[in-house]
Amino acid sequence: MRPFSYHRPTDLAQAAALLESGDDVAALAGGHTLLPAIKSRLRAPDGLVDLSAIPGLAGIREDGDRLLVGAMTRHADVATSPQVAAHCRALARLAGGIGDPQVRNRGTLGGSIANNDPAADYPAAVLGLAATVHTSQRRIEADDFFQGMFTTALEPGELVTAVAFPRPLAAGYGRFAHPASRYALVGVFVARFAAGVRVAVTGAGAGVFRWMAAENCLSGSFDLGSVAGLVPDEADMNGDIHASAPYRAHLCSVMLGRALADCAASS
Amino acid sequence: MQLNMNLNGEAVTVEVAPEQLLVELLRDDLGLTGTHIGCDTSQCGACNVLLDGEPVKACTLLAVQVEGRALTTIEGLAQGGALHPMQAAFRACHGLQCGFCTPGMVMAGIGIVARHGHDLDEATIVHGLEGNLCRCTGYRNIIKAVAEGARAMAGD
Ligand SMILES: Cc1cc2nc3c(=O)[nH]c(=O)nc-3n(C[C@H](O)[C@H](O)[C@H](O)COP(=O)(O)OP(=O)(O)OC[C@H]3O[C@@H](n4cnc5c(N)ncnc54)[C@H](O)[C@@H]3O)c2cc1C
Ligand code: FES
Ligand code: FES
Repeated sequence: MRPFSYHRPTDLAQAAALLESGDDVAALAGGHTLLPAIKSRLRAPDGLVDLSAIPGLAGIREDGDRLLVGAMTRHADVATSPQVAAHCRALARLAGGIGDPQVRNRGTLGGSIANNDPAADYPAAVLGLAATVHTSQRRIEADDFFQGMFTTALEPGELVTAVAFPRPLAAGYGRFAHPASRYALVGVFVARFAAGVRVAVTGAGAGVFRWMAAENCLSGSFDLGSVAGLVPDEADMNGDIHASAPYRAHLCSVMLGRALADCAASS
Repeated sequence: MQLNMNLNGEAVTVEVAPEQLLVELLRDDLGLTGTHIGCDTSQCGACNVLLDGEPVKACTLLAVQVEGRALTTIEGLAQGGALHPMQAAFRACHGLQCGFCTPGMVMAGIGIVARHGHDLDEATIVHGLEGNLCRCTGYRNIIKAVAEGARAMAGD
């Protein structure tokens, strides 16, 4: 690989200063997106700032009625946490379905949402659950955080520190994994709150999005019948070598059904 | 940069470049060529090693990221000339043909036992091997080997 400098700061202020110190200095969390990108020369940073030695970034704790998951918490730790399972079983199951065990032993929540891959799983849960992203500078609602393919509200040098997840009355996730890459071809996250139902879709479009038509139907009547025959507009779907736009639109309906079945099984 | 780690039970200090991958350090500098490079794109699991007892892909870690931690490679599993029970099970169950994927499979198998215990059903093993590719065996005997190795590890 092309040489770069490597830093392992021990607090957020140092990390922020290092990130601002060059044109292309990147934060390194689990490295399971960044290192493959560097190896394939999609990225060529001058420096990496390893977040692993900053205390307080990893871990899961309750914060009032919300569950606060630290940015450096690994997928494996979310998947197996009894606290996560008690708060929202669908979130634990989603984390346990990311990639493979070795990926889950390294990849982190913060890295996944900062990267905002259009086919990543966590963005669906963060948006579906109306979570709040805590950063080194502010708090950002999920609705404002995700801004389309590989784009977020994060400013240069700003780091995700944690995500606060509200507790849903019921939640479920339906995911159709690409058989080779294991990324979601389409993933649908459904969360029911007293105020209404939220439906977030990943994999299908240019970035994670809320499926408003499904939300409206389900907020009226929370059952499969209320969304029977509902298919998103093909014009909003991705079409590529893996799946055509009409097929992805169809998968959205099927995965919505699976997410609803998962809600019933979890609650 | 200086890197300190525990490698296969021994404290080791080596000089590494920031951009050096862990698998490059192991194979090229330390001569531990049992850790294989199958894909180099994070998908095949041939490079799996145990980091503090958990399987990770050595092709997707910088060497500097293991500072202060304990690393086990396939060379570190056998004790006093006796194969580790998971290795012995791959041999007994004919869980390999060319053997290229085997070090990574053994490491993944040990990880499955650490997470799920010694009595493993097929679905658990298959799900646990999702990050390991084999181009030879068709997986049947690998699944048998992991189940058998898991049982044998209970007798450790
Ligand atoms: C074989 C394989 C299969 C995978 N399958 C899936 C899958 O099925 N579903 C899925 O969702 N993902 C999948 N992934 C991706 C995996 O979940 C990544 O680990 C994750 O997307 C990125 O997290 P990371 O901690 O590895 O981040 P890194 O790779 O370290 O960083 C990713 C990006 O985020 C930035 N960043 C990291 N942390 C922060 C922070 N705290 N604040 C601000 N910016 C930050 C980095 O600078 C970088 O740009 C897979 C990866 C591999 C290698
Ligand atoms: S060489 Fe590391 S996963 Fe294939
Ligand atoms: S035995 Fe040849 S790749 Fe698995």
